[in-house]
Amino acid sequence: MEPSAVLKSLNGGVPITWYLTLSAILFALGVAGFLFRRNIITVFMCIELMLNAVNLSFISFAHQHRQVSGQLFTFFVMVVAAAEAAVGLAIILTVFKNRSTLNIDEIDTLKN
Amino acid sequence: MELFFFSLFAFLAVLCGINVVLQHHPISSALSLVGVMGSLAMLYLGLGAEFIAMAQIIVYAGAIMVLFIFVIMLLNAGTETGRGKASWTAHLLGAPALIALFVLLCLFSTRWFPNSESVKFGDFTGGGAQQIGYALFTDYLLPFEVTSVLILIAIIGAIVLARKEID
Repeated sequence: MEPSAVLKSLNGGVPITWYLTLSAILFALGVAGFLFRRNIITVFMCIELMLNAVNLSFISFAHQHRQVSGQLFTFFVMVVAAAEAAVGLAIILTVFKNRSTLNIDEIDTLKN
Repeated sequence: MELFFFSLFAFLAVLCGINVVLQHHPISSALSLVGVMGSLAMLYLGLGAEFIAMAQIIVYAGAIMVLFIFVIMLLNAGTETGRGKASWTAHLLGAPALIALFVLLCLFSTRWFPNSESVKFGDFTGGGAQQIGYALFTDYLLPFEVTSVLILIAIIGAIVLARKEID
């Protein structure tokens, strides 16, 4: 299809699948950071990125089904993310106090 | 108009998302993440979720990210030191798994919703504070109350983890 034909078929709107694809891109980026980064704080931030990607999916579906429930799920995800950030950062603080490193490769006491 | 709005903020979100992963200093990653959250809040506004968009900016960009930056400054976290010895498995298996995940997610979204409708601004305006509050205190009252208990537990847990040992 030509670009102009695509634009015409959109009829002045954006398909919901584009939102879902953006969500997939952001989620994959979060997974990439989670796998490839070594700094424990950056890894933690990538988890937040994945949560945000899922939130975008929830809001898109809420729009498609014209229901407010999906937005409420996003609300709960936000609350859980806040709780998770508070506890996780406290754990990071404790780990840094005891091991004085932020590299996840050096925090391997439970390994083997 | 919708297309321009979506393209602008989607592009911004992806750009900041790539920056989160690529930056070597945690502070730069954190600031990029704030950019992602801001662009997503704008997209939420377009999707009719006004309350969630504002909550996203206030709670996520305002509170959670400030907590992150606070901890980064407290720990004086510098740039990452060299790669660990174990990370070659992540590099070997991670990249193909990542591509597979992305393709699967895209396939899922396009195959299962092939003829989904377009998003137009003003189509759905059920995301105001009134509707959210009504649903929260009628249908979702129990999850709401359970969440408050969860936050209480998180507060106590964070204090217990972060306090100084008193001898």
